[in-house]
Amino acid sequence: MSGWLLRRVGQAALVVLAMTVIVFVGLHAVGNPVDILIGDDLNQQERLQAIARLGLDQPLWRQYLAFVDGALHGSLGRSFVYQEDAFHLILQRLPATLELAVSALLLAVLIGVPLGLVAGMWPEHPLSKALMAGSIVGFSLPAFWVALMLIMVFSVQLGWLPASGRGATREWLGVAWSWLTLDGLQHLLLPAINLALFKISLVLRLTRAGVREVLPQDFVKFARAKGLSPARVLVWHVLRNTLIPLVTVLGLELGSTIAYAVVTESIFAWPGAGKLILDSINSLDRPVVVAYLMVVVLIFVTLNLLVDVLYKLLDPRVRLEGAA
Amino acid sequence: MASHISTDAGDITLEVRDLHTRFHTREGVLPVVDGVSFTLRRGQVLGLVGESGSGKSVTGFSIMGLIDPPGRVESGQLLFQGRELRTLSPRERRSLQGDRMAMIFQDPMATLNPVLDIATQMIEAVQAHRRVSRAQARQLARDTLASMGIPSPDERLDAYPHQLSGGMRQRVAIAIALLHGPDLIIADEPTTALDVTLQAQILSEVQALVRERGTALIWISHDLSVVAGLADQIAVMYAGRIVEHGTVDQVLDHPQHPYTQGLIGSLPSANQRGMRLRQISGMAPSLLDMPAGCAFAPRCPRASATCQQARPQISQPRPEAPDHTVRCHHPGPTPDKADA
Amino acid sequence: MSPMTSPATARPASRPLREHSIWWRMAADFARSRIALAGLLLLAAVLLVALVAPWITPQNPYDLMQLDVLDARLPPGSPQGSGQYTYWLGTDGQGRDLYSAIVYGLRISLLVGVGSAAVAAVVGTLMGLLAAYAGGRIDALIMRLVDLLLSFPTLLMALMILAWTGKGVGNVVLTLVLLEWAYYARTARGQALVEARRDYVEAARGLGLPDWRILLGHILPNCLPPLLVIGALQVARAITLEATLSFLGLGVPITEPSLGLLISNGYQYLLSNEYWISVFPGLALLATIVAINLVGDQLRDVLNPRLMK
Repeated sequence: MSGWLLRRVGQAALVVLAMTVIVFVGLHAVGNPVDILIGDDLNQQERLQAIARLGLDQPLWRQYLAFVDGALHGSLGRSFVYQEDAFHLILQRLPATLELAVSALLLAVLIGVPLGLVAGMWPEHPLSKALMAGSIVGFSLPAFWVALMLIMVFSVQLGWLPASGRGATREWLGVAWSWLTLDGLQHLLLPAINLALFKISLVLRLTRAGVREVLPQDFVKFARAKGLSPARVLVWHVLRNTLIPLVTVLGLELGSTIAYAVVTESIFAWPGAGKLILDSINSLDRPVVVAYLMVVVLIFVTLNLLVDVLYKLLDPRVRLEGAA
Repeated sequence: MASHISTDAGDITLEVRDLHTRFHTREGVLPVVDGVSFTLRRGQVLGLVGESGSGKSVTGFSIMGLIDPPGRVESGQLLFQGRELRTLSPRERRSLQGDRMAMIFQDPMATLNPVLDIATQMIEAVQAHRRVSRAQARQLARDTLASMGIPSPDERLDAYPHQLSGGMRQRVAIAIALLHGPDLIIADEPTTALDVTLQAQILSEVQALVRERGTALIWISHDLSVVAGLADQIAVMYAGRIVEHGTVDQVLDHPQHPYTQGLIGSLPSANQRGMRLRQISGMAPSLLDMPAGCAFAPRCPRASATCQQARPQISQPRPEAPDHTVRCHHPGPTPDKADA
Repeated sequence: MSPMTSPATARPASRPLREHSIWWRMAADFARSRIALAGLLLLAAVLLVALVAPWITPQNPYDLMQLDVLDARLPPGSPQGSGQYTYWLGTDGQGRDLYSAIVYGLRISLLVGVGSAAVAAVVGTLMGLLAAYAGGRIDALIMRLVDLLLSFPTLLMALMILAWTGKGVGNVVLTLVLLEWAYYARTARGQALVEARRDYVEAARGLGLPDWRILLGHILPNCLPPLLVIGALQVARAITLEATLSFLGLGVPITEPSLGLLISNGYQYLLSNEYWISVFPGLALLATIVAINLVGDQLRDVLNPRLMK
């Protein structure tokens, strides 16, 4: 197991390394990195100084090493707009995005799994057919449009929920979270629902497919033959076997949810990393863009790794490979 | 058709009368079990024999109450210790399943949940019927495994199914069936997935257990030779119907139905070494497309016009053995063995 | 002794698959789902509308001369300034007839969606076939690239690319192609590898046919079914992506709004209850995407069991 783990971590590190090369080459290929990292509105003198300071007059490989070195020390440039270190800027905003992404995923599981269970166990029932048709609509919905509709209905027409912002937050472990306050929860609800809609459809379909695969298997029949209650058969035999692959998919979906939060954050003015990146793209604050890219790569690679480990832990057939 | 193997009504464990189980598929209605009847007493072993598609497994599932849509037990009586199973509520049925009647399936790897350890799967079977603590349940599981002669039961309990050998898994499945000392066990081809030596072992183990505890056993198989050493009665099924039924000696020594004779004739032991194995030509009919008369007629060496037009009724062709029944228009011993 | 011939069991014996009968049976299986048929009809309607756009709209919303700013933000059903026609769906912030804008916007959405999917399909399939054919290091290289591309979320990558290249429809199409070819490549390669082991390839080789002919003339047609499924679903994704990017201001220019931009324009007016500017284009977009997904979903169900054979 530990041998495998080491190999996986090694693989992950290689991917991160590859991304740093790609980003670096990208910086050079597309434009003058001077402009990208420093900004246009410096006079000649300051430019030369900046260039020297950043080592941009050095040969490429030296620059790359300096880049990596800087990255390891958490510095990928200063934001033009905020005049702060880009990396720290992103880290500050990340908790808000994570909060949103996790809430959305939680909603997706809480709604999608039971519905998928129903659709899987009684596939011919009109409700199941309606759910499946509904799920197609669910993942066809353009997220940004739904966001507007949600605002229109729940904020403008009904006035139940706020349309933007994060609301009140409370500190926990040194970070401000909004799910710890009622006001914060109210602000969280609409954007979380918006982000969750696509996922609900996905989870529903995956659960249904999983249930349909597991249900006809002999061990389910055998469990019933033992006289177990239907609830026990459902939870311990059907659900448990369905959820194991599902969990791993969800882990990967967390990454994609974090990414797609960009649009939701923008519309709901949710102060997360997604909104930051969008604003930065529009204001050409390129150091922030670069830093964001690196952070996302890191998150994805870590998530992939964690998911692999999780799967090994959950499925005893995989875990105990050597022991048979 | 009631089998008169013994007349003591008090110890009838299972009585099946004219059971019909049908599957309603898109292509049509399949009469998978088409009028099956037999009686089983305490401690008796019934060998239910037939090729795949004969309805033998579905008969077993019907008795256990494990038929799912599109299948349904449509008519007939299932009397377990005098109680009609079909009128029981789901909860009452469940209280019997695993407790008073148990089932063993064919492939133990598919039968045991691969992601749960053996202890969990046995403990849940115990706690479904007894209010005991986990520790007590585990003890019972342990004892059952030990009573079957399984070494180091604790290790087995903590293992996962894929860590055990095929034979061990099947023994675990048998142990689960025995946990509450059921009065009826239905074994659906339990040794088919195992190799021959293991087969023999498990057969004798099961035989011993059944003798000890007086459990009634239905052993479903496609292999007559497997059942021959174990069973008290043999019922031969074809296309959903029982075509021959009697004690093991009656059926094996004086088979009356051409299909039974074909089955016996195709056994390696019945043939001379070096000669080609005799086979029953043809294939079982599709249940969607059953012939009007006797289902076996297309493949039968004795088929006549009557056979193709009318379904044979049950008869007792041997007056000296009233328990030996056949469903055939032309029952009788095998013609001269030189006939191929 | 009557020789047996037993009638067939419930499943009919498989017939040899000839090219035209595959498509015919596909169509028959497809038609089994009423919902999918409805989707197909909807799709046909959408395509028709987009095709005959200039003939069924009272104005060309991209011609600034035809717009009257005084007619801005009129509710649905209002008459046009000089009374020539009615704004059935109201007008947007620039005075465009929303109905016309939607129809023309549909054109752009479909063009971009289908266009990028088509180009990506060609590029991706060729790359996939190349990988399958060349094997070894080229195969490994291409597949690594594909894995990398597919492991990160499309929207983010699109944003990054557009950040470098700048806005515009052309760049959006380029971005979409760059991101989507990978799906086709992976499927084409997988399918090609399966096909390459089949007997007819051996037979063709035995006949002395050159490799490229075998690849394009024999293997490729058999790779088409799964590619078709992916294509359908990709078109839906591309349309959504273009709409999202336009919504974020990174796509089409303001003077020729696609559905995404229309919705974005309408955002500001939501709070004053002028809902139509965002709602109607959204419904049109939703209808299109749902139709494509319904068709694509049924296609996948129909084609998959066939692939197993």
